[in-house]
Amino acid sequence: MELSVNHLLGIKYITEADIQLIFETADHFKEVINRPIKKVPSLRDITIANLFFENSTRTKLSFELAEKRLSADVINFASSSSSVTKGETLIDTVNNILSMKVDMVVMRHPNPGAGVFLSKHVDASIINAGDGAHEHPTQALLDTYSIREKLGDVAGKKVVIVGDILHSRVALSNIFALQKLGAKVKVCGPKTLIPKYIEKLNVEVETNLRKALEWCDVANMLRVQNERMDISYFPTTREYTQQFGLNKTLLDSLNKEIVVMHPGPINRGVEITSDVADSKQSIILEQVQNGVAIRMAVIYLLASKIKHHED
Amino acid sequence: MLPEYNSELPMSQKVLLNATEINIALNRLACQLIEKHDDFSKTVLIGIQPRGIFLAERLKTLLETEYKIKNIKLGYLDITFFRDDFRRGEKPLEANKTSIDFVVEDKNVVFIDDVLFTGRSIRSALTAVQSFGRPLEIELLTLIDRRFSRHLPIQPDYRGRQVDAINGEKVKVCWKENDGEDAVYLVKN
Repeated sequence: MELSVNHLLGIKYITEADIQLIFETADHFKEVINRPIKKVPSLRDITIANLFFENSTRTKLSFELAEKRLSADVINFASSSSSVTKGETLIDTVNNILSMKVDMVVMRHPNPGAGVFLSKHVDASIINAGDGAHEHPTQALLDTYSIREKLGDVAGKKVVIVGDILHSRVALSNIFALQKLGAKVKVCGPKTLIPKYIEKLNVEVETNLRKALEWCDVANMLRVQNERMDISYFPTTREYTQQFGLNKTLLDSLNKEIVVMHPGPINRGVEITSDVADSKQSIILEQVQNGVAIRMAVIYLLASKIKHHED
Repeated sequence: MLPEYNSELPMSQKVLLNATEINIALNRLACQLIEKHDDFSKTVLIGIQPRGIFLAERLKTLLETEYKIKNIKLGYLDITFFRDDFRRGEKPLEANKTSIDFVVEDKNVVFIDDVLFTGRSIRSALTAVQSFGRPLEIELLTLIDRRFSRHLPIQPDYRGRQVDAINGEKVKVCWKENDGEDAVYLVKN
């Protein structure tokens, strides 16, 4: 079995079989990263560039750790300290880096479609680590992998994504991944933060958080992305929290135990209270741990498609 | 699990070992292990995935039932991520499960695999097992030792049968629990 694609640009472009292959490979890597020595030598002749044109802590660390656990050589790049500020174009920047014999590029970029664009112009495997409000495929893979781990399977499960759907690449990638794996998806949030044509993706919209939570098996609480909000989408944070924030009283009043997820970083006390984030029903830290295994699997499977040259 | 032996190419196969002969070899190997490792208190068995695990399980069962040795530790080691032919073959490498729920630190480790051919798998296993600690000693047990085919200076400490096979030939080891019968074949294409 191998992946049907040479790049991971979005969940939209991969198949259910690809996702299952990534999950099975991640199972093996999860065992590897729990060994006393957490490293395998598979990718010792592969060089990976992490290009982050936008801030990130978790994703960047997770990718870097995954690469190092696979013994790849890693170079890091942050746009704030680079020649991008001097006016270099994206293709030039990347081609300059590739001329140093780099095999794979992990890129986060503020513009939607940056990964797809790059994949058409440069000769390297591209992994999208988030492109604007478009997709964040590895996050969706680790989210669905965490659901599979917690509930046994993703198919048939009901998942509600709560919060800022409009600005969220996590939401879009999660919707694609969950649907490909056979889950039912609803979104919940203030009308202003729900994209206009979301129903076209076969996603139901629910504006009442309690109703949404009573329906679901899993609630994925998204962060309110203040940095992407050009205008005011809701009157006050306090009002948002009252209507769409998840607190312990609400969680305990439901007639079943739902699983609570959050892609991080958490605004504690806004979309989710501390006691919920740290409760038994929350799998937030498991998500982070699974992130490394999932990224190792993605990198390993894409690297195995790069042909070996004996030059 | 098996590579494509059942292809349409004309081929002939010769029985190298039948069920009785395998049984005799297993008993002898078990006795040789006991001679060296006594009650197995400082010894762990590690079956190499994917094909070594059947032999390893057989030996464990035999040691426990026939020779009344208790508490034999058996683990499975997958070497996929440690192989030296990543990205060099036609097919992608597929991983199997590793399950070693004991420490190998200061233990006598016995690697168990069905066929020793080039020695490359064992080289990978030697690296892979280091992730679980520093063994006192590592030995190798194989049911079939293909002579004159080694790429690396690796030899078994315990062998069931030595076989001379030329490169175009394959040695196929069948186990009742996986392939329906106990037998070893030499397959010519």
